[in-house]
Amino acid sequence: MAADIFYFLVFPGLLFSAIAGGFLSWFDRKVTARVQFRKGPPIFQPFYDFFKLLLVKETILPKHGSPLIFLLAPVFSVFGATMAAVFILLPLFNFTTGFKGDLLVIFYLLTIPSFSYIIGSLASGNPLAAVGGSREMKLILSYEFTFLLFIAGIIMKCGQQFDLHSVILTQQASAPFIGSVSGVLLLIVGIFCVQAKLALVPFDMPEAEAEITEGIFIEYSGAPYALIKLTKYIMLFILPSLLVALLMSGFRFDGIHILWSILKVLGIVLLLTLIRNTNPRIKIKQAVKFFLIWMNLIAFIAIVLIIFGY
Amino acid sequence: MGFKSYCFKKSLWVFHFGGASCNNCDIEILDCLTPRHDLERFGILLVGSIRHADVLLVNGSINHHDKERLIEVYNQAPKPILVVAIGACGCTGGLFAESITFAGPVDKVIPVDAYIPGCPPKPEAIIAGIVKLVQKA
Repeated sequence: MAADIFYFLVFPGLLFSAIAGGFLSWFDRKVTARVQFRKGPPIFQPFYDFFKLLLVKETILPKHGSPLIFLLAPVFSVFGATMAAVFILLPLFNFTTGFKGDLLVIFYLLTIPSFSYIIGSLASGNPLAAVGGSREMKLILSYEFTFLLFIAGIIMKCGQQFDLHSVILTQQASAPFIGSVSGVLLLIVGIFCVQAKLALVPFDMPEAEAEITEGIFIEYSGAPYALIKLTKYIMLFILPSLLVALLMSGFRFDGIHILWSILKVLGIVLLLTLIRNTNPRIKIKQAVKFFLIWMNLIAFIAIVLIIFGY
Repeated sequence: MGFKSYCFKKSLWVFHFGGASCNNCDIEILDCLTPRHDLERFGILLVGSIRHADVLLVNGSINHHDKERLIEVYNQAPKPILVVAIGACGCTGGLFAESITFAGPVDKVIPVDAYIPGCPPKPEAIIAGIVKLVQKA
């Protein structure tokens, strides 16, 4: 019991993944700045932002709306992200949970933050937040099936094993899945799903800054917005870690392999940032078409290739 | 200097309210955020919603229509909020001070923490104003 609480609150749950995600968020902003020939923020900038919102700013409740649900939604999102962090990071740090089938639990837990954003935005009673919430719903409908196909492909590739730890062990025993044709196709699908889950630029229509002024988060201020920022930091760490675990044989902690483990995560985040900086925001219709037709097609091709053993 | 105020100073998010402006100040404000004078290295970001803002930048002369909206925006902002009046029109009324539609400079409508004069102020002047604001906050 004490160990479970430690897992949830300190390592690899809330505290660890928030700190790691904060640094990744700084990395994302710094790379963005360098792409635009700017200097970029200092390394502790995400932590200044978080503590400013949490400790200094006032929380304003919307007049027309449901204050209780409005305030609970960020708490739920942090909870979902932290649970997902525990389930993803424990196998990555070589703890066996002994739980067969945690990949499906991870799949469900990763949707909780998006759903709680929708609930919170609809509870705020703001029309722009409602627009953002409905866009987020359509986005979930489009990428979730593709993400399921992606996970199905991984499960088939490692011989019908449903738990993350044996996926990692299978790759470490032979070769990482990225080294095959189907692995590369799955990586393409996975990267775009992660991009949509993180709501980064080609798929940031729920929180389109210039268009509907942060959309789903428009009414949040102070401590609830700090919790949303915390969720974003955690998600920015665990989703690339999940890709590393599923396709690039996870982390290893002997000697030089620590460096490679860190570089793998940084490489995925760099890829996400570069996609974000070189693309415009697309319409929700285009995003649905992109996932339902093209990404599903690539995922199906990858699964067929896996069946034939490529 | 406490931890809270240190974090606040290091992460000022800016909301931009344009009154009846001639857009020169708006262009100079945008210049501060673009590569040459990159204000993000001090943690300053332009946000779209007043709920996320720590600094309310007001430029342009405030006429009777703008006055109600400016008061509404100020009341909607989460406190503590710093207000900066930019440009001659924001600080004093400038060219429009005698105008029939003019409803007073910004400090007659809401309390102002820093004034950045100029028509329009250079980006360097805006950065100097922000530095003074940070030292005051």
